[in-house]
Amino acid sequence: MPSRIPMLPGSSIPHFFMSDTFLHDAPTAPTTAPEWFVTAQRDAAKRFETLPMPSRRDEAWRFSNLKALDPLDFTQARPVVQELAKQLLADSIGFEASLATLVFANDRLIANHADAHLAAQGVIWLPLEEALRIHPELVQRHFMRSESAVGTPKLLAHHQASVRSGTFLYVPKGVRLSAPLQAVHWVAGSGQAVFPHTLIVAEEASAVTFVDWFKSSGEGRNMACGVNDLHVGPDAKVHYVSVQDWNRQTVAQQSNTTAVAHGGSAVHLGLHLGGVFARSESVSRLNGSGARSEMLAATVADGAQEFDQRTLQDHRSPDTWSDLLYKNALYDTAKTIVSGLIRVEPQAHHTDAYQKVRNLVLSAEAEANSLPGLEILADQVRCSHGATTGEINPEELFYMQARGISEKDAYRLITFGFLNEVLERLPEEALRKKLQETLRTRLQGH
Amino acid sequence: MSLVIHNLHARVSGGQEILRGLNLEIQKGSVHAIMGPNGSGKSTLSKVISGHPDYEVTSGEVLLDGVNVLAMEPDARARAGLFLAFQYPVEIPGVSNANFIRAALQARLKDGEELDAVDYYGDLYKEMDKLEIPRTFTSRSVNEGFSGGEKKRNEVLQMAMLKPAYAILDETDSGLDIDALKIVAAGVNALRSPSVGMLVITHYQRLLDYITPDVVHVLVGGRIVRSAGPELAYELESKGYDWIKDALTEDVHSEELAAV
Repeated sequence: MPSRIPMLPGSSIPHFFMSDTFLHDAPTAPTTAPEWFVTAQRDAAKRFETLPMPSRRDEAWRFSNLKALDPLDFTQARPVVQELAKQLLADSIGFEASLATLVFANDRLIANHADAHLAAQGVIWLPLEEALRIHPELVQRHFMRSESAVGTPKLLAHHQASVRSGTFLYVPKGVRLSAPLQAVHWVAGSGQAVFPHTLIVAEEASAVTFVDWFKSSGEGRNMACGVNDLHVGPDAKVHYVSVQDWNRQTVAQQSNTTAVAHGGSAVHLGLHLGGVFARSESVSRLNGSGARSEMLAATVADGAQEFDQRTLQDHRSPDTWSDLLYKNALYDTAKTIVSGLIRVEPQAHHTDAYQKVRNLVLSAEAEANSLPGLEILADQVRCSHGATTGEINPEELFYMQARGISEKDAYRLITFGFLNEVLERLPEEALRKKLQETLRTRLQGH
Repeated sequence: MSLVIHNLHARVSGGQEILRGLNLEIQKGSVHAIMGPNGSGKSTLSKVISGHPDYEVTSGEVLLDGVNVLAMEPDARARAGLFLAFQYPVEIPGVSNANFIRAALQARLKDGEELDAVDYYGDLYKEMDKLEIPRTFTSRSVNEGFSGGEKKRNEVLQMAMLKPAYAILDETDSGLDIDALKIVAAGVNALRSPSVGMLVITHYQRLLDYITPDVVHVLVGGRIVRSAGPELAYELESKGYDWIKDALTEDVHSEELAAV
């Protein structure tokens, strides 16, 4: 299938990490990355080696499957052959109406397509390695500036030591982009580790929507250890969507930090479909007054899949608002964990913070764990949290059957509806339809 | 061609018998009304015919053009031509009306056949217009946040789209103001045809001002105790259900006397 995404000449892709094992102290090759970055990578490599792996006794890892996440089972991903890269490009449709697309295969950029108007508006749209070369100070100001609040510094260090590409998106003051931008991250082979990275900086009163697609080529067992950081400026609007569709052997760890300045608003939506063990950590920091953040996730868990989701709604300023809705549909022997904390710091008066976890259990052997938490240090706050676990409502089932819809189809349709309530929160209609189609495909066979 | 209910006995699973030997025959092209006081078994009848899992049939049969539907799953009954307009239509969050009705139509096609989307929306909009339903309705979740009138209009819309052979309307008038009632009744009347038989279940005669039945039955204690023309509805309206209950008690007494 032909693709409208042009191929980059492979030789133009710089790389700053040459070792293909995790002996991070191995000598690195000449690099185009700035000194600060190289130093930070080396420091991160040391931290990765010296820090202990977390244990299930740590609050952030209760009930988690740490064995699945052993980084030493995987080596830094090697480049894919040209032929496969071509095939992956052809399969990298993502969202058709996007303004720009980056495609990565095993952490190497294989395509960059962008609407010419972006540059004219001052938008910086670059693979990370290019951004480091052309805008080193701008990247430095925002690159991995936050600590791991709900995960482990070890895996964050692993990411920082190993990251070799990713998306850098900078939206200048007042620029409001009319359609989404996207990146497609592929992993191919087996025993490979990839480190997808997304860094979005949205300046004052700008607006942008971005989608990350995570996909596997083939059935190999691989590891993804990703980071995505969103910097939402004053009165800016960032909508971020990730579609995690790794194959069913892949182990994934994704760490997100969304920092929102005064008057800014963020939507972070995760559609979690793939992986054998997938952990996602999402932190919203409401740094300025009037900042808003919506944290949304829809998860389909079947077979022996495990989804481990950790969240923090961190209110640091007055008059801030956050709303979390995480929904899981569980089949077979699947397992989900949602552990979410709302923290309202002493100065964050007049905070509204909500957290809702809904589990739809479609099998007696599935296991849904919800661990909500509140830490409220301010006065005059409105907070609520609630977690429910239930089965299909028999009256909904009967209503559908009374219209001629088979039990199996009714189950699937009701489950779709259950998760679709999360997707409905995304205002972008065309993108939402794409996500609905992706969800529908995922539920086929159930 | 008719829907025959023969000596039907049914109960809520494990509970008291609610239907106690009910007999009824609805010919295609006719509209029958069932009236009855609260607790007489009206809603049970509709649920038993459509196969609600909470109910258990202890004896009797329901024949749809000669085929006993009681052995069939509820969805198979619906595909065989039965339709139940619910007294309390169920909300299905996250599933749009358009997708719901589409799934119901798709379920009636053979494996591998696909509903034509253009034709489908053409038909849907035509029927929605008749019922004065705005276009935004298609993308709203099934019955979620609907007013009573909207829910009942949605039931009639589904009936229009699914074209059943036999339709049971369970208290379709409940929760409707007069304007909504008129729209719903007009929608039902538009569907009257020689190819469909209807059973209208209602507590009040009011609905029958707008949907004129061919036959009116009175259901008391799980049995049909009177059947007559539309005038019976007015008699019930003026005299109340006690009149028929009293008459029934007298019948029982005379039966007992006769037995002595």
